[in-house]
Amino acid sequence: MTETKTSSQASSSELCRFTTCGSVDDGKSTLIGRLLYDSKSIFQDQYEQIEKISERRGEEEVNLALLTDGLKAEREQGITIDVAYRYFSTPKRKFIIADTPGHIQYTRNMVTGASTANVALLLVDARHGVVEQTRRHAIIASLLQIPHVVVCINKMDLVDYSEDTFNKIHDDFESFAAKLDVKDFHFIPISALRGDNVVDRSEATPWYDGPTLMYYLENVHIASDHNFIDCRFPVQHVIRPYSDEYHDYRGYSGRVSGGIYRVGDEVVVLPSGFSTKIKAIDTFEGPIEEAFPPMSVTLLLEDDIDVSRGDMIVRENNQPEVTQDLDLMICWFDHNKPLQANGKYTIRHTTQEARCIIKEIRYKLDVNSLHRDLEGKTIGMNDIARITIRTTKPLFTDAYRQNRITGSIILVDEGTNATVAAGMII
Amino acid sequence: MTYLAVKAFHPAKVPFPLLHVDTGHNFPETLKFRDDLVEKYGLKLNVGSVQDAINAGAVTEEKGVNASRNFLQIHTLLEELEKGKYDAAMGGGRRDEEKARAKERFFSHRDEFGQWDPKNQRPELWNLFNGKKNFGEHFRVFPISNWTELDVWEYLAAEEVPLPNLYFAHDREVLERDGVLLADCEYIEKKPEEKVFTETVRCRTIGDMTCTGVWRSSASTVEDIIEEIATTRLTERGGRADDKRSETAMEDRKKEGYF
Repeated sequence: MTETKTSSQASSSELCRFTTCGSVDDGKSTLIGRLLYDSKSIFQDQYEQIEKISERRGEEEVNLALLTDGLKAEREQGITIDVAYRYFSTPKRKFIIADTPGHIQYTRNMVTGASTANVALLLVDARHGVVEQTRRHAIIASLLQIPHVVVCINKMDLVDYSEDTFNKIHDDFESFAAKLDVKDFHFIPISALRGDNVVDRSEATPWYDGPTLMYYLENVHIASDHNFIDCRFPVQHVIRPYSDEYHDYRGYSGRVSGGIYRVGDEVVVLPSGFSTKIKAIDTFEGPIEEAFPPMSVTLLLEDDIDVSRGDMIVRENNQPEVTQDLDLMICWFDHNKPLQANGKYTIRHTTQEARCIIKEIRYKLDVNSLHRDLEGKTIGMNDIARITIRTTKPLFTDAYRQNRITGSIILVDEGTNATVAAGMII
Repeated sequence: MTYLAVKAFHPAKVPFPLLHVDTGHNFPETLKFRDDLVEKYGLKLNVGSVQDAINAGAVTEEKGVNASRNFLQIHTLLEELEKGKYDAAMGGGRRDEEKARAKERFFSHRDEFGQWDPKNQRPELWNLFNGKKNFGEHFRVFPISNWTELDVWEYLAAEEVPLPNLYFAHDREVLERDGVLLADCEYIEKKPEEKVFTETVRCRTIGDMTCTGVWRSSASTVEDIIEEIATTRLTERGGRADDKRSETAMEDRKKEGYF
């Protein structure tokens, strides 16, 4: 058992989140099943269950895709409708897989899974190469700033494990991705069905000397995905015990969203602008000296100033942009109504909520060509667009590229209460 | 979950009550543990009674050897939530527990009938949750959705959280049914060929006595349990008779209003 300092470090294993994106029939579900099976993470009763179902359906091999198709409709139709989360771990790391549908009508689910991912696995069918779906998913991974992208060229068994085929797809993708904002991508030739290069190295691809998928997942460097530079602490809740023992206790609890906070640090509270110092950093186990992402702590301040939920505690010399005008890239989710120019929506940002009005639709982004359609003003479901909005009160923002937490928002339709858009601040 | 809430609001008290939907078929150890927990942390407890609902004729008791009050809980749950006019009910459901739970959100929107529509759940991005709803609707919230069974036990060990004895090895009179061991009790109608014998067992997950399978184990500490889980080949809910009723047992119950 590992030593523990705080509850957020209960295990010394790192947690890596990755998404799996691909068209129906790309073999994505099979790939996940393969990862779980070869890393010995499938429980015996689960395996027996899908063995029975595969038999009942007259399938030749045990259909590993059945492990992740969780809803009745999915199992019947043989496709994944919603995001499915699977968990497994190896001695090196814990993993969360957000398995997302390839269908165009479920882009919103892919965006959901991508928002907190460290790695995106893009699946390409070796027989078909880079298709519209691949490009769309690569763009989403880039927009959502997933730090690492792995292109898995699957079904290599059906193209005789051809190095030429692999290279062609590699080059096609690379020339497309040159226009994207992806920091780091890799290509791996695999066969999810046969198991080549997934967990074990394949004998059939001697020309490939890169890592297997599992090796890559276990070793990709993710610790630097947090922002340890810019101090951002959105206040989630004010803790006032009003008890005899803690009569004057006033603590501000939340999750550190950037930077490192230390006892004694001089800080500024937004929006008031009041300066004070950190008197203490409290946790259930007692006070600590410093806090950094993604720890959840309670800050106590030296001065008795008015701080409430939605406020942000930052450092004087490195502040977020306090603004009511936002320039955003959005993905539209609503299947009923397109984005309304001059429409009013509820906006959520960190621990704040406000209302906003759509000021301008600047352009719609074409996912194939990355062309900016300046005339395209109808933003419907799954469309990606650049817009500007004005909010009813100031928000404390950063560019999404700098900080995924303080750079992200969601829009909520005030009539239906549905989450209609995800936005990344430019 | 309770422990997490206590930690989150410390040093203030937990600002919301606990709700227990009491089927009347609980392990007696569960009830004692519940009462001790509430007293220790100064929590407020509301109890909804399925027996009362049966007595009032609102729900009908199942008959037969596999009778259980599991499904009947839904009615009492919905009634209690409406009585308290709660906006949200938080539970410890996790995505790795069961395939329908794998599709849940952190904030699972339920309509005015308490029903779950898996096709109509809101996208959840980053750490931004949409808690907007119409009057009469509510949310089921699952803060530990992404924790695995092993994560939970490692946490309980690290934090030294007190637990009921049921989770640890103890001698119990059991019977075997459909490959699962059930605790012998007055709520289970035994078939003539089912014999009762004594085994050293423990519960891996705890529900009603009628549907909680126990399994043979000698794990007597949390560390033992962790080792057992890490090397097991069977899932946590594999012993839950309520899940086994059909391939879509959980999904169907959730659509009716189950947690």
